[in-house]
Amino acid sequence: MENRRVLAEFRYEKRPIIRGYNKRTLYINLSTLEITEKPVTDLMIDKFVGGKGFDLYLMWHGVKDGTKWNSPENEICISFGPLCGNTSYPGSGKSIVTTISPLTGIPVDCNVGGHFGPYTKFSGWDALEIQGKSAEDTIVFIDGDNGIVQILSAPDEEVNSHIISERLHEEFAGGEQHLQHVSVVSSGTASSHVEITCLNFSFWDKRRKVARLKQAGRGGTGTVFRDKRLKALVVKYSSLAVDSNTPEDVETLKKTGLKLHQEIEKGDSSQCHMREMGTAHLMEIMNDYDLLPIKNFKYGQMPEALRLASWEFKKLFTQNMPDGCWFGCSLACCKAVDNFTPRTGPYAGQQVCVDGPEYETGGGCGSNLCIWDPKDVVEINFYCDTYGVDTISFGTSVAFAMECYENGILNKERTGGLDLTWGNADAALELLHQMARGEGFGVTVGKGVRKMKNIFVREYSADPSFLQDIGMEAKGLEYSQYMSKESLAQQGGYTLALKGPQHDEAWLISMDMVNNLIPSFEDKAEALHYFPMFRTWFGLQGLCKLPWNDIEPEDNGKTAEPAKVPEHVQNYVDIYKAITGKPMDKHELICQSERVYNFQKVFCMRMGKGRRIDDIPPYRAVGPVTEEEYLSRQERYDKALRDKQGIDPSGLNTKEKMKLLRAYREDQYQQLVDAVYKRKGWTPEGVPTREHLKSIGMDIPEVMEVIDRYL
Amino acid sequence: MKKLLRTYPDKCIACHLCESVCSKLYFKEDTQEKSCIQINDQEYPVDMNVCNQCRTCVQTCPTQALTVNQLGVIMLNKKLCIGCYMCVAACPTKSMRIHPGGMSPFKCVACGMCAKQCPADAIRIETEE
Repeated sequence: MENRRVLAEFRYEKRPIIRGYNKRTLYINLSTLEITEKPVTDLMIDKFVGGKGFDLYLMWHGVKDGTKWNSPENEICISFGPLCGNTSYPGSGKSIVTTISPLTGIPVDCNVGGHFGPYTKFSGWDALEIQGKSAEDTIVFIDGDNGIVQILSAPDEEVNSHIISERLHEEFAGGEQHLQHVSVVSSGTASSHVEITCLNFSFWDKRRKVARLKQAGRGGTGTVFRDKRLKALVVKYSSLAVDSNTPEDVETLKKTGLKLHQEIEKGDSSQCHMREMGTAHLMEIMNDYDLLPIKNFKYGQMPEALRLASWEFKKLFTQNMPDGCWFGCSLACCKAVDNFTPRTGPYAGQQVCVDGPEYETGGGCGSNLCIWDPKDVVEINFYCDTYGVDTISFGTSVAFAMECYENGILNKERTGGLDLTWGNADAALELLHQMARGEGFGVTVGKGVRKMKNIFVREYSADPSFLQDIGMEAKGLEYSQYMSKESLAQQGGYTLALKGPQHDEAWLISMDMVNNLIPSFEDKAEALHYFPMFRTWFGLQGLCKLPWNDIEPEDNGKTAEPAKVPEHVQNYVDIYKAITGKPMDKHELICQSERVYNFQKVFCMRMGKGRRIDDIPPYRAVGPVTEEEYLSRQERYDKALRDKQGIDPSGLNTKEKMKLLRAYREDQYQQLVDAVYKRKGWTPEGVPTREHLKSIGMDIPEVMEVIDRYL
Repeated sequence: MKKLLRTYPDKCIACHLCESVCSKLYFKEDTQEKSCIQINDQEYPVDMNVCNQCRTCVQTCPTQALTVNQLGVIMLNKKLCIGCYMCVAACPTKSMRIHPGGMSPFKCVACGMCAKQCPADAIRIETEE
């Protein structure tokens, strides 16, 4: 761009990566225009590993106890992990983004695909730490080919991601042959006005000739990004090779990767169909098991939901494309709808490429709102992405607003004329356009469920306990799109998750509800220890979770612990050793995670949350809030009263039965919390004990100082 | 149109000369594992494994390092290859190969050198419409 000015420049020496680490991080202060490098210490590697661990370590030292999301010292950290960027093993291109969230006030972490992470890592950095606020709109450019970092002015008129990403690919590539060597991070216009926002990480799709977008979705990262007056981060790196990580043992890496490629080649078409439908393959499965959220998580199943079945999305997804969000991912789940023509909004009538819909978007922006036309879901998906809105929080927030409308808490006068009846796709889209324009009721919905609850109580005298029951948020973050009513373990999986109710810590519905493999509190607590720790490891390394258990070895069912997918756990051990040359086994893997997990827990406490009271779900996540919900599954709930509580429901009215069921379920949840805290080495109030922190090697003084305030 | 190396297992005498010619040409070594054509004489008739230029790998490659040339032969541009080996797994005939120490996969490009030296006329360069 002709009128782009260089505001600051930093030249650095290019050095080869040593077994997955650069041993330095990049620090940028947008207030002072300082750009510098920081060394990665042995303590960082030993205790924090990389990825989310490095992010949290850097943020911990960057923020203060009272830092808010919009404080200048709040940081956006993006890190990649020692295994990130290898092209051999599927799912190895993830970036992990952290910041103090505008929705929760505590660190949020997002695991996101696209090429930005690996290219920035191979440009010479183990993490990127951005602090301060710029006086004008800026772009940060990392030129990994020449060892230059620049802060540039950003007079670019377009902010919406599908356009700015493509333009910046073209501007910084320096020729068509290099388009694939650029990646852009951006957020759209809504991020200047609302809080349920995301960041879009791009990769250039050579076949479609477009910049594809993957989302760091949860917690309002886009809002922090734009508050810092960042329009984009751009990286260019042109020398990718199979050994870019300078691995210790490239042959093991090649062999292990090829083994999984062959497994996927053989098994995907009979297992998860990721290559055909991506995660949208889950739509009908969740509906079958009464787990697909419908009408703000009232119900998990409806016949209409089959209109959003994966085969309907398959008709829209272009088939037989190598749709990996990083090179070497043969699971290829990031499907796209090509040549889609929106019918509303500023891009109506233009042909666009839409990433997704993934399952969460199908559930959140489709079934949960009773929007049954797949093309409407695709359109909401497109505008969410390009405006920088998180499809999960958007779906859950709009569902909440629609239920408030159904109950008379909202009406047309209060919504600015919008008819928020279930299924009104036009209204949902208009809310989205309002978020992008910063006007109307869309701005209220874009504040998220927790703030809406307060506004509706304050402004419209709504019943606070009813809103508490139906508002699907905890810690300030909206729930992702699975029904947890019939799975106590998943209620914990959601609500005990450190950043807020996202299923990336644990998805235990199958083990718990479907197969009854973890019947006791202790069993559930063990699962709620192991799986969050195991899944945390992906975020430390720069890996994706999906190739772990969305494809399984043929004989996995015959192993002692099929839910853990032991052969794939061993694959991770093998590739970790092959890249880093460090010792590793399945136990040390969990220990690595446990240190960082507990550090994040203490970080939440330092920011004023992370207490037991923050781990309580809304009752909608636990049982039937309304009579219509109870009656819709009366047989199930009556049976639960009889079998689990020893109560004969025949002489009771619905309200009485609901009250008894609720008391029982809420008590069960509290007992679960007791068991989980105990298993995790925490006090009954959810505070990690000094002894536990010492036993896992996380007894560093600044951590102990925080827990002492709570013990 | 596609040019390919066609095999005739009934005629193969398993002398392995084709492997020797290929690996010497490709890698300057006389090693079966570095030959694009591989002969398994433990089976009868002999299994002669070589790329049939079917293009499955072309569809799989994320960097478009694999392309089809004017003669219909699939060529690998090593400058674009990032060594993911998705093509190796996707190859329906298992004719896209890797070897220890190598970074890029390799395959038959229908150069015909092996066919010229085959004493049994068991491999020929042919074209298909």
